[in-house]
This record gives sequence, structure tokens and C-alpha cells, in this order.
Amino acid sequence: MNWGVLQFPGSCDERDALNACRVADRSSGGTSRLVWHEETDLSGLDGIVVPGGFSYGDYLRAGAIARFAPAMEAVADFAAAGRPVLGICNGFQVLCESGLLPGALLTNEGMRFICRQGDLVAGESDSPFLSEMSPGEVISVPFKHQSGRFFAPPEMLERIEANGQVAFRYAEDQNPNGSLGDIAGVTNEAGNVLGLMPHPEHAVEAFAGSTDGLKIFRGPAGVAA
Amino acid sequence: MAPHRELGLTDDEFELIKQKMGREPNAVELAMFSLLWSEHCAYKHSKKLLATLPTEGPRVVMGPGENAGAVDIGNGHSIAFKVESHNHPSAVEPFQGAATGVGGILRDVIALGARPIAILDSLRFGELDSERTRYLVDGVVGGIGHYGNSMGIATVGGEIYFEPPYEQNCLVNAMCVGIARTDGMVRAAASGTGNKVVLFGAKTGRDGIGGASVLASAELDEGDSGKRPTVQIGDPFEESKLLECCQELLAADLLVSLQDLGAAGLTSSAGEMASAGGTGMDIDVGLVPLREADMEPFEIMVSESQERMLAVVEPSKVGQVLAVCTKWQTDSAMIGEVTDSGDFRILKGGETVGQIAVDALVDGCPLYDLEPEEPAEWIYGNRVTLREGADASEITLSLLSASSIASKRWAYEQYDTMVGSRTVHRAGAADAAVLNIPESDRAIAISIDGNGRRVACSPHEGTIEATLECAANLACVGAEPLGVTNCLNFGNPEKPTVAWQLSQSVAGLGEACEGLGLPVVGGNVSLYNETPQGPIYPTPVIGMVGELPDIDCCGGEVWRDGDWVALLGPFNPSLAGSELEKARGQLGNGLPPVAIPDVKAAIESVREAVSSGLIRTVSDVSDGGIATLVAEMASGSGIGCDLNLEPVLVQRECSPEDALFGEGPGGFILAGDRQSIERLGGEGVQIDLLGRVSGNEIWVNAGDQKVDILVAEARAAFDSLEARIEA
Repeated sequence: MNWGVLQFPGSCDERDALNACRVADRSSGGTSRLVWHEETDLSGLDGIVVPGGFSYGDYLRAGAIARFAPAMEAVADFAAAGRPVLGICNGFQVLCESGLLPGALLTNEGMRFICRQGDLVAGESDSPFLSEMSPGEVISVPFKHQSGRFFAPPEMLERIEANGQVAFRYAEDQNPNGSLGDIAGVTNEAGNVLGLMPHPEHAVEAFAGSTDGLKIFRGPAGVAA
Repeated sequence: MAPHRELGLTDDEFELIKQKMGREPNAVELAMFSLLWSEHCAYKHSKKLLATLPTEGPRVVMGPGENAGAVDIGNGHSIAFKVESHNHPSAVEPFQGAATGVGGILRDVIALGARPIAILDSLRFGELDSERTRYLVDGVVGGIGHYGNSMGIATVGGEIYFEPPYEQNCLVNAMCVGIARTDGMVRAAASGTGNKVVLFGAKTGRDGIGGASVLASAELDEGDSGKRPTVQIGDPFEESKLLECCQELLAADLLVSLQDLGAAGLTSSAGEMASAGGTGMDIDVGLVPLREADMEPFEIMVSESQERMLAVVEPSKVGQVLAVCTKWQTDSAMIGEVTDSGDFRILKGGETVGQIAVDALVDGCPLYDLEPEEPAEWIYGNRVTLREGADASEITLSLLSASSIASKRWAYEQYDTMVGSRTVHRAGAADAAVLNIPESDRAIAISIDGNGRRVACSPHEGTIEATLECAANLACVGAEPLGVTNCLNFGNPEKPTVAWQLSQSVAGLGEACEGLGLPVVGGNVSLYNETPQGPIYPTPVIGMVGELPDIDCCGGEVWRDGDWVALLGPFNPSLAGSELEKARGQLGNGLPPVAIPDVKAAIESVREAVSSGLIRTVSDVSDGGIATLVAEMASGSGIGCDLNLEPVLVQRECSPEDALFGEGPGGFILAGDRQSIERLGGEGVQIDLLGRVSGNEIWVNAGDQKVDILVAEARAAFDSLEARIEA
């Protein structure tokens, strides 16, 4: 599967995400690539990752400037065509700012950046990104962010829950940021766009302590096959 | 006051400047001299000592004198690394001081053409019961995290000590490690008459004017909040773009040489480039992109605005260089050219406003001999914090919760430890950080250490210990050391006691490095860490980089039920300079002498055992002694132990209390199966079996004394720091 990983000025985890795409699909020969934020031609790509980091320094508000990047218009079309888009951390924030995902990410309850390994529980979701997991399955991935507190107004939250759009929750007693409903990741209604705060791209090789993140990167290909 | 004195120059130095110039310097020239002739830039009290350190070795790619040191790690790649201080800025404005300290050391590594892959920090504060300390800790840790996290560079390790002498003058030392293709590395020397000088990165503003001279090269005193304008403001987003921009410029082979702008700004960068290349240089301040339009030429020349780089570029490539800068949305301008005049000429719109011979400016500062004198008694005072009559169990819990020993999770969870996908161990999980280097098909390990209290007790032995401790930390993860960097944090070298500490310490560093066969590839000196209350503990911070062949054979601190536990090495425990002696308020001068070859043999034995896969659980005995270490290992593993230190009492002829809480180099606690441990004993290295891992209690017998605590109690004590910082 050919992934395109967006690169904004200030992106941090784009090479990690690209590495994860390649590790997840060693057979494809490493044709996944970085996509510069001014590029608008996504042809030849089967999926998009909007990576973590501090796009445009997170100035104004995390993700608020990146949503206006030319590449994001192309990503909106890509998503509308039903193709897989994965937003991780800052990428999740960008997708929320773009309106491709519901809700918003606020500053952590503790007001500090946190970085620790933790557990996520997969939701009851039809998203292709969860096709390699069963509902309730627990995966171990790193949490690291400063603005990861998921928020949505009550009606929206109710709709997200009712539609099966909650892809991941923090495991019991592990909510690191005060997110509503312990929500760590959500999808759009169609399920082809997933955003999550934790970092599956940092859990793809044994030396990092967990390879559970591969399941997310392999999900869309599993569905396609 | 005469202008030169206000800028920190002595009358004699001013006379020498006039003599070298054959006239009085104008304001621009005087400002430039005052910075480059400051202690911070000229190393005038330390250069002679530093010249005694070993700097050569078969793996050295770049040594002292470059922006950072570098060692070869095979397959055409090198590891660049350096540690640097940002103490006074952090004492005055902790968040920005620490943030720009990280930013500065990153640029040193970026300037070599390397991509930074790891940051480590060595921090020193006063005791946590002081409100000022808690304010400084919060700001410094926040600033380090802010800059490193935003840059996407993993902070993988470090250490924090809390001691009263750092109360007013905290220490913030940051180490950066980067990777580069060896043939793509670039030096700082200017060359090629007629080549152009390009400044790129952030705009130049009025921030940080006089940082190197007024702030870094003088003692701190009460009114120093007024020096806040000399502290720079960091912008990691700007530096992130600058990093990618530099990588792209170097990959396209567009640069002749590259230098970062740090202390003393343009004056130092351009002057040092010209000096290293034996050239002259013309800089037109009228061409420098400014943040504030009406800046004076001297302000532009000495501004310490962050996130700027200076490059020498062939005239035909200037257009391409400016285009890459535009792609990365970073300012750039051609501001001058390399000449063959041997002069550093400052112009403004074509008119000369300053002209100094490069060698007078960069290398003309007089070097001073120290006048050392050993202090007759302990000069740092003592505080009693331990209850008199406390038994061994109470002492163990008290040491586990001592601020310098207790878990620093509160701090390291604020750092991104994994960005870059190289981090093998999580911070806090092993003695040294381990990073995967697939480019060279191996891993590297990094350690940073420097116990100022022990160095205060004996600058010579304490510095040897700090260096051996780094090598021991590397051995615990199976790594062989390749090179050393250091940051020497001391008080005012013009005072005899500090001069003695400094010269003894550098001698110890040299002996330890010679003994280990290790080159010192770079370093930094931070003097005048002193307030009206006195000097800080003399604090040489040692950074060491090593390599290990196989990331699957890499030691940790977790032991398993049924493991045998042993003490390995020539460890000769003593309470001198220990955490227990500190808690009892009994600190004084002197540490037992260190036998470097014996410790080295133990280090090599441990390294071999770990890298061959024989032993997976090992840690070196340091702060708080054996009892504290095994309690830490038990609480981290969630399983207790039943140990008897009788062999230690007999073999090493020490008292029960020494055996439990004594410190010193050359001791390792191993855990594993009995056969593996016993195989190690046959190689001429002393090894004592102490007992086994089991249950939920920590039992450590030593003669008439016994530690008997629950694993849960130990864990609570070890995890108690957060509550005290947030208090």
C-alpha cells in the first residue's frame, strides 16, 4: 500500500510515520513517500497520514494554520472519495480543524506535555483502520502530547457515540489528559478518516517495546485485499 | 565607570587591545572585543588546563575546536555530540534560559551537518523545600521540553541533583547527539577569497545583547532579575525550519562552511570562521535582516538572537542557497564576503565602522594562570535531614525519597522520549539511553553524569569517579565507550579555592580518560557560577557516547523471581561524600583514592557479560549505596529480595553501614541465573553472591543491621518527588 505522509514546516513525526508505513508493508518495496505541504497531486497514493508534530509551530492553535495548507484541500477530496486518511496527534488536530473529523482537542487537563506508554481499547467501529482488531482489544502505544483533551458539545458527543465513531478509548484509569468519555481517537461517519492522539507509528518495531501500532497501519490494506 | 570595565574588560586587557590596534578602539570594536575576550568565549582561565586532556583516538572524526566533537560509528556514518551550559540565563529566566540552552546545543550539532537525534540534560538545583527551587525546576523542565518536543528531537536521558550550593545559581547543561554521513560533514573554517557570507534563519533583534560578557562571565547577585533582557527568547519552530534547511543545503552541496550563531552572535561566528580559515572577512550590517529597524552597528554585531546560522558560499551558488531558505520559509541575506586581508571589517552601507585584525580579536586574549590553593576545611556547610537513631530500614526509605535519588518521572514524562523512532529503552528504565542506528547496523548508548557533591569532597577523585560512572552506565547496557564531552561548571576561577577545584578536576578528568583510553572530543566551560553565598559545588558534567553491536543484548534494571543477585567489581564502600553523610550533616573533605585499572577491568567484564547476552539485569552502585540500589531494582521490578552482605563485610573489610549505604566507584549489582553469574567470577574480577530475588519484601542483612521493608513502601518512597515539586 502506497502511503503519502504530509510534511508541514514544524512536523516532527513525519519520518516516523513513513517508517511505520514501510514496516507495515515491507513487500511493497517502500514506495510510500513524504508529501510536501504545497503539493496538491495525490495520485498514485492509496492512503494519507497527517503526522504528529507542531505544524507551523502550533501558533494560534494546534492545527489551525496547517488546515489551510494546499495539500489539505487535496486531502479533503481524497477523504471525500472514501480513501483512508489517518491523523496522528497534531494530524488529528489538523483534521478536526479542517472539519474532516468531529470535535476538538484542548490543552491537557494537567497543562503539561505528557509522554508515556499506555493502553488503548478498540471501539466498536467499522473503520478500515480497525479491521485487524476486534472490539475491546487492548493495544499498547505511546501517549505524547500537550493538547490532547478530546472535547465535543453534548449533542455531537452523543452522535459520535451512537454512530460507532469512537475508534479508541484510553484504558481504565489511563486517561492522560481529561478527554471526554476517555476518547483517544474518533473516525468520520464513513469510517475512512481516523484521528487519534496516541502514536501508533512509535509502536511498530520490537525495540520500542510494542508492535501493536502495526495493526492500525495494516487495517486499510486488509480491507482492500 | 570606564566603558571597557562596564563591558567586563580589565584595565590591562584594555591596554593590550590599544597596543594591538595601535589606537583606541571605537564603540563597535570595543563591544566586539569585550565579548570575544570574555571568559565565555576566550576560555582565558581554562584553556591552559584543557590543553592537557587527551583528544586523539582512532575513531575521532572531529575534535575540540569544531562546533561539536564526532566519532566514527561505521558504514560511513559519524555521531556528533557536545554538552553545553546555559546556567546564568536559566537562573535569571528559567523557561527561556533552558529552552535556548537546548536550542543552542542543537545548532552546534546542526552546524556540523548532522541531524540531531537525542538530547540529554544535566540539571542542578537547590533543595526542594525552597520556593525558588520549585519555580526554577518547573521553568527549566518546561523550557527543555518545549524546545526539544517542538523540534521533534527525543530527550532520552539526564540527571537532576538537588544540593544547597545551587540554590541561587542553578545549572542547566544540555547535551545533543546527532548523526551524519561522515563525507557530508562540514567544518566552520571560512575559505576562498571572494566567497560570499550568507546569514539565514531568524531576524536579528536586540535580545541577548551582552549575554556572554555581562551575564555568563560574572558572578550572579541579588539584582540579577534586571539582567532578564540579556536572556534570549527561543522559537523552536524557527529552528525546526532551520534544521531542515541546513540538511537540504548540505545534501545539495551548496555550502563551503557553516557555523551557528551563539554567544556573542555575529562577532563570534564570523570572527571564528575567519580565524579558523586564516582569512579576513567583511560584514555589512546594513544587509542584516533586522527585527527592529534602528539598531546600531554594535548591537547588530553582538546580538544573541536565536535560530541563526552563517554560511560561506561560492558566489555562483548564492542564488540556490537563498532559494532553499525561501522554501523553508526562513529569512536569508548575503551580508558579506571572505577576504584575504586578515582583518574583520564591519561596514554599514559600504562605509567602514570597525576594523580589527582577526587574530587579535579571536586569539589575542591573554590566557591566565590559575593561583590554586587547597581549602583547609569543608567550605559548603552541612544540614541534618535524617532523624538521629534511624535504623537501616528507615535510612533506606529516607534515601529512596531523597530528592537526588527519587524517581525523576515527573520531569521525564514532560519530554518526548521516542520521536525519531530510535529510542530503545524508555527514559528512567536503564543506566544509559540506547538508540538504534540502523544506518550503521548497531546501536549507541549515551550517558551523562557528574555528582558535584563528591567532586566538592575531592575534585580529583570525584571527577575520576564521574568519568568512570559514565563508562559504568554504558557497560550496564552492553556498550563500549567511544568518546567524551564535558561541561566544567565551577565558581570564580580568580579565587584560589575554585582555581584549585578546577585544576584538580581537569587533572582527574585527564587521568580517567587516559586510563579508559578515551578521547575528549569537545566541551564547554562555565565559570563564575557563584553568588554572594559562595561558589557552587565544582561540577564537571561528563557526557559519554558508546556503541553496542546488538540491541537485543542490552541490559536493564528489571530482575525476575528466583534470580540470583551478586556484587561485582573492586567496590570499596565508604560513607565519605555519600547521600547518607549528607543527610546526617557530616560532609567533609576527602574521598578514598580510586584505582582506575581495577574499575576499568570490572567495567569491561560487565560490558562483555551484557553484550554477549549472559547477563540481562545489571546496574552500577552509586548514590545511596547497595541498599538503595537493590530497593530501587525491587520497586521497579515489583519483586523483593533476600540478601546478605556478609561476603561484602568480610571480603571488603567494611562496617555494616558502609556495606549498606557506602558509595564509591567499581560496584555493580547483577541479577540472573547462578551459573551465568559464577562464570563471570572466574575472570579475575571479584564477585560476591548476595542472595536471591523473591517475595514482596526487601531484606538486606549486613552484620548487626538489617533492612526490612515492603516493596510497596520502597516504591512509594521512590515515587515521592512529584508531590514535593508540585507542593
